[in-house]
Amino acid sequence: MRLSSKHLTLIIMAALIVAAPFFFPSGYYFRVGALIFVNALAVTGIVILTGYAGQISLGHAGFAGIGGYACALAPVHWGLPPALAVVLGAAVSAALAYLVGRPILRLKGYYLGVASLGFGILVAMVLNNERELTKGPDGIEVADLGLRGLLKDWGLNLSNGEFWYAFTGLCLVIGAWIALNLFNSPSGRALRALHGSEIAAGTVGIDVARVKLQAFVISAVYASVAGSLTALQNKFVTPDIAGFMHSVEMVTMAVLGGVGSVPGAILGAGILTLLPQVLTVFAEYEQLILGLVMMLVMIFLREGLVPSILRKIRGRGE
Amino acid sequence: MLTVEGLRSRYGRIEVLHGLDLHVDSGEIVTVVGANGAGKTTLLRCLSGVQPVSGGKITFRGEALTTVPAYKRLSRGLAQSPEGRQIFTNLSVEENLRLGAFLYSDARVDKDMEDAFQMFPILREKRNLAAGGLSGGQQQMLAMARALMGRPSCLLLDEPSMGLAPIIVQQIFDVVSGLKALGVTVLLVEQNAFGALKIADRGYVMETGQITMQGAAAELIADPRIREAYLGI
Repeated sequence: MRLSSKHLTLIIMAALIVAAPFFFPSGYYFRVGALIFVNALAVTGIVILTGYAGQISLGHAGFAGIGGYACALAPVHWGLPPALAVVLGAAVSAALAYLVGRPILRLKGYYLGVASLGFGILVAMVLNNERELTKGPDGIEVADLGLRGLLKDWGLNLSNGEFWYAFTGLCLVIGAWIALNLFNSPSGRALRALHGSEIAAGTVGIDVARVKLQAFVISAVYASVAGSLTALQNKFVTPDIAGFMHSVEMVTMAVLGGVGSVPGAILGAGILTLLPQVLTVFAEYEQLILGLVMMLVMIFLREGLVPSILRKIRGRGE
Repeated sequence: MLTVEGLRSRYGRIEVLHGLDLHVDSGEIVTVVGANGAGKTTLLRCLSGVQPVSGGKITFRGEALTTVPAYKRLSRGLAQSPEGRQIFTNLSVEENLRLGAFLYSDARVDKDMEDAFQMFPILREKRNLAAGGLSGGQQQMLAMARALMGRPSCLLLDEPSMGLAPIIVQQIFDVVSGLKALGVTVLLVEQNAFGALKIADRGYVMETGQITMQGAAAELIADPRIREAYLGI
């Protein structure tokens, strides 16, 4: 049953990603699509950490910043190809998540939220102030990924927008596939178990601190790769990528869509990426409308959009 | 199998266990009875490793257990069904059972799950439902079945009858006494002294953090002091 719902989710996702361009009125929408996919990838990491394991991080943008700046700095300073810079960024993020998470995750409650908040702010401060390395608040250029040129040589000629739409879409499907597989694996069950009751998780032999740390490291890698993709796509990155607002944005997207659900993460990312584009007409009321949408969802659909809607459909079916 | 010597434990500055001695031999059902606040649950929390021990020692199958972290105790053969059941409410019944066998490979788990369904047929009917939707009695059955999925040699049960209807309580106690045939040693902590002593081999009576009486369960049931204080007869 579960297995088929996993495959169904992936097939619907892939179909939507492939079909959507036929309805795009202009090339601009490829760019919007790619933005959604990158955000959704980062939020999928939040689903693993917060939705599965029940831990809250308010500093995940810090990992996105590390991923983004790895792509800016590693090719220039060490001559790494950008694709390897993505891997390097993910490795550094994973290592930092391990070091930061190890002492904190032994504690219960909201310590991770507070400590990760500090971590995110720290990364943003370093990116802002280490001007010699990062060029400070003005941001820094990022080398081309080079994959598009390679595809062109093979006879597949895509516009920049089309390429990034397809590439980030593919990354998102892979990220979602991993997260959905994790959900039903013994490790995923262990994560969801400690979300329910840490004491009981211990009594069935789960090393609670270690499993939490795993979730934190995995979600840091998601955020880091998403940050790298953002930087590569924009060919430019600023310290805002590691800013507090970006961390909050990730959590908000996850909560809006339904924090335990991978499709929810994608829907949440989609809505909160699209709304500001749609709401530009309302200019100064944009934040107001966003806030209102969030409040209404939290009041009427507390579990988030996707789980609430699924429940309604199933409820009617029975 | 399980030996507790001079066990002390405290919450902050307040000591609640003042040097307990008890032992459980292989194949026995031993019960610890006592009123609310006697320290029964704290005792079990010490045994399962979630409550720090401030003095004394715990030995399990000949090895010191006192400093072994909670999550490693199941692999030593000590399982527990904690107070308040502590099932994973968001997960399905089947997932709860699979988590009980977290330490083992899948082939073995399927067979053990079949045994659990034999023991509690209602769980088979509800296997794909969220455990949070079960009734209190069913949740207690699930908590016990989950603990047994870990194939323990000794099972710690904390107040399995708490908050349940009398007919369900009887059912639970029947299952506990049936565990003996499966070769599982049981330490049962209960407020329902009469029900617990009826199925136990031996019993301990606990009052304010100390063992005040002990003996064969049949003798304890017959003891006038116990009848008056705990059995309400």
